[in-house]
Amino acid sequence: MKISATRADKLATVVFQFSAWLSVVVLAGIFTLLLYNGFKAFDRIRPQEFFLGYTWNPSGYSAPHYGVLSLLGSTLLVTCGAMVIAIPLGIGTAAYLSESAPPRVYQILKPVIELFAGIPSVALGFIGITILSPVLAHVFGLSNGLIALNGAILLALMALPTIITVSEDAIRAVPKTFREASFAVGATRETTLWRVTLPAAMSGIITAVMLGFGRALGETMTVLMATGNALAFPGGFFEPVRTMTAAIAIELGETAQHTTHYYALFAVGALLFAISLLVNILSETIARRFRYSQS
Amino acid sequence: MRKTAPFFLLAFVAWTCQKHPAGIENIQIKGSDTEVNLVLALAERFMEQEPKASIAVTGGGSGTGIAALLNGKTSIANASRPMDSTERQMAEQRGIHPLALVIGIDALAIVVHKDNPIDRLNLSEIGRIFSGEIHNWAQIGGPRQEISLYGRQSNSGTFLFFREKVVQADYSPHLKQMNGTAQLVEALSTDPAGIGYAGIGYLAQPEKNHTDAFKVIRITAGPGSSAYSPFEYADVASGRYPITRPLYQYVNATPQGALLDFLLFAFGPEGQAIVRQNGYYPIAREQYAENLRQLHAETANE
Repeated sequence: MKISATRADKLATVVFQFSAWLSVVVLAGIFTLLLYNGFKAFDRIRPQEFFLGYTWNPSGYSAPHYGVLSLLGSTLLVTCGAMVIAIPLGIGTAAYLSESAPPRVYQILKPVIELFAGIPSVALGFIGITILSPVLAHVFGLSNGLIALNGAILLALMALPTIITVSEDAIRAVPKTFREASFAVGATRETTLWRVTLPAAMSGIITAVMLGFGRALGETMTVLMATGNALAFPGGFFEPVRTMTAAIAIELGETAQHTTHYYALFAVGALLFAISLLVNILSETIARRFRYSQS
Repeated sequence: MRKTAPFFLLAFVAWTCQKHPAGIENIQIKGSDTEVNLVLALAERFMEQEPKASIAVTGGGSGTGIAALLNGKTSIANASRPMDSTERQMAEQRGIHPLALVIGIDALAIVVHKDNPIDRLNLSEIGRIFSGEIHNWAQIGGPRQEISLYGRQSNSGTFLFFREKVVQADYSPHLKQMNGTAQLVEALSTDPAGIGYAGIGYLAQPEKNHTDAFKVIRITAGPGSSAYSPFEYADVASGRYPITRPLYQYVNATPQGALLDFLLFAFGPEGQAIVRQNGYYPIAREQYAENLRQLHAETANE
C-alpha cells in the first residue's frame, strides 16, 4: 500500500503533536507524583522541622532528623560555585570561538567541546576522587580533597559544554550589520564585543547559563562520588557536603516504601524540582526583557 | 550492509531472549559489599565442580540484599549484620522463613594513614573519635591536626554494625560517607589525618591493595594493657580483638538442589579454605553444627 504525500504529512503531524503533548503530560505527571508523595511526608514531619531544620539524619541512632537545610545549602553551594567558574569561562570561550578563533583551531576545538558533553558523570566522579582530590588537598594544604570545591569544579566542567555551545550560537546569531556599524564608528574589536555583540546576544547567553545551571543542579553521580557526603551543614568550599541529589540517590535504595523516610525523600525531590522550575521561569522572564530592549 | 543490518539486529534480539539450556539452575546472590568478593570466589569454585549451576553475585549492601530477599528478587542475601526486627516482621508477613547461615567471621579493622604516629587505641577512644567527641589527633597524643573521618553509607551493614558495637551514638556529621570499601581505603591511603574502618578481607590480600599506604590500628582493652591485631586468628577467635562479627547468608527455608549444595559447600571444609584465602576467618565447630541443623531441620520438614 502506498501512502500519498499528504497522508504522510498528516500522519507525521499527528505523531509529533502527540509526542509533544506527551512530554507535557509526563512532566505534569512527575510533578504531581513528587508533590503528592512529598506532601505525605508532612503527615509525620512538622513543616518547620523539614524547612528550618539543619540536621538531616533519617537513620539516626536515637531519633531520625529530617531537616533539609544542610542538603539545600550543600546543593546551592556546589551549584553556585560551579557557576562562578563556568560562566566567565564559558562565555569567554564562546566569544573566542565565534569572534576570533582561526578556522583551523575552530575545527579542532568545536568537536572536542561537544565531545566533552558526552563524558559519563561516573567517569568525571572517578577523576574527582583519584586526580582532583589529591591535587586540591595539596594546593590548599588540606588532608583530603573530598570537598565542596571538588564537586563545584567537576560540575563546572559538566556545565561548560552546554554554556559554550548555546552562547556561541547566540553570539553568532547577532547580525553582521551590528558589528559593521560598530566598526564604522571607530570602535575596536574589544569594544564591539563588550558593548555591541554580547549585549545583543544576551537573551541567548542567559538561556545558556540557565541550562548550565540546571545541568549542575540536578547532577548526582559526580557530586556523590567527589564531595564526601558528610551530613553536616556546609561550612564553606573546603568542607565535605551532601547535596539533595546525592541524599536521594544514596538513601532511596535502602528505604522501605511508604515510610516517613521514603516520603521525606520525595519532599526533597519536589523541592529540587521547584527550585529548577523557579530558575527556569526567572531566566525566561529576564531573557524576554533583554529581547525586547534590544529591538 | 543494508540487508545484513536487520539480520544482526534479529540475532541480537534472539540472543538476549534466549533461555538457559534445560537443567541449568540459576542462583542469584545479592547483598553485603564486605562479602561480595568472598562469595564470588566461593561461587566460582563451586561452578567448576557443578557445571549445572549458574551463580550471579552482586553487592549493594546488606540492607539491599535483605530487601531483595524479602521481595523475592534473590535466592541468597549476603549480610554482614543480622536481620533487624522490622525486617523479620516483613518476612513473616510475606511468608518468607529466612535461615541465618554463618559462612565466616570478619574482624573489622580500624585503618589510618601510614604516617600516623598512633598505632594503638582502645574501643572507647575509637567510639568517641567516630562520634566526633574526639576531633583532633592531639587529644589522643597524636599530631595537632583535625581528624578526618571516613565511613560507609547507611545502607551498609558495616555502618550499622559499627555504630551499634563501637560508637553507640550518632556518627559525627562530619563523617565522610563513602560509596564502598574500596573507595574508603583508596581515600584513606592519601589522607594523613584520616581514620576509617574496613572488613579484614579487604586489607588481608596484599595483591589487591597498596598495604604500605595505610596502617591497621591495634586495639587495647584499656590504657596499659596489651594490644591485639585483627590479623591474628587466635585473638579474633578468642574475642580479645573486640570488633568481630559473623558473616551471614540468608536464604528462604527449605533450599533444594544446587542452592542447597552451594550453601553446604560454602560453610563446608572446602568453602572455609576459600574463606581463609580471602582474609576472613573460618567458623567455629558449633556454628557449623548449627548451620547443618537449620538446613536439615528445614529440609526434613518437607
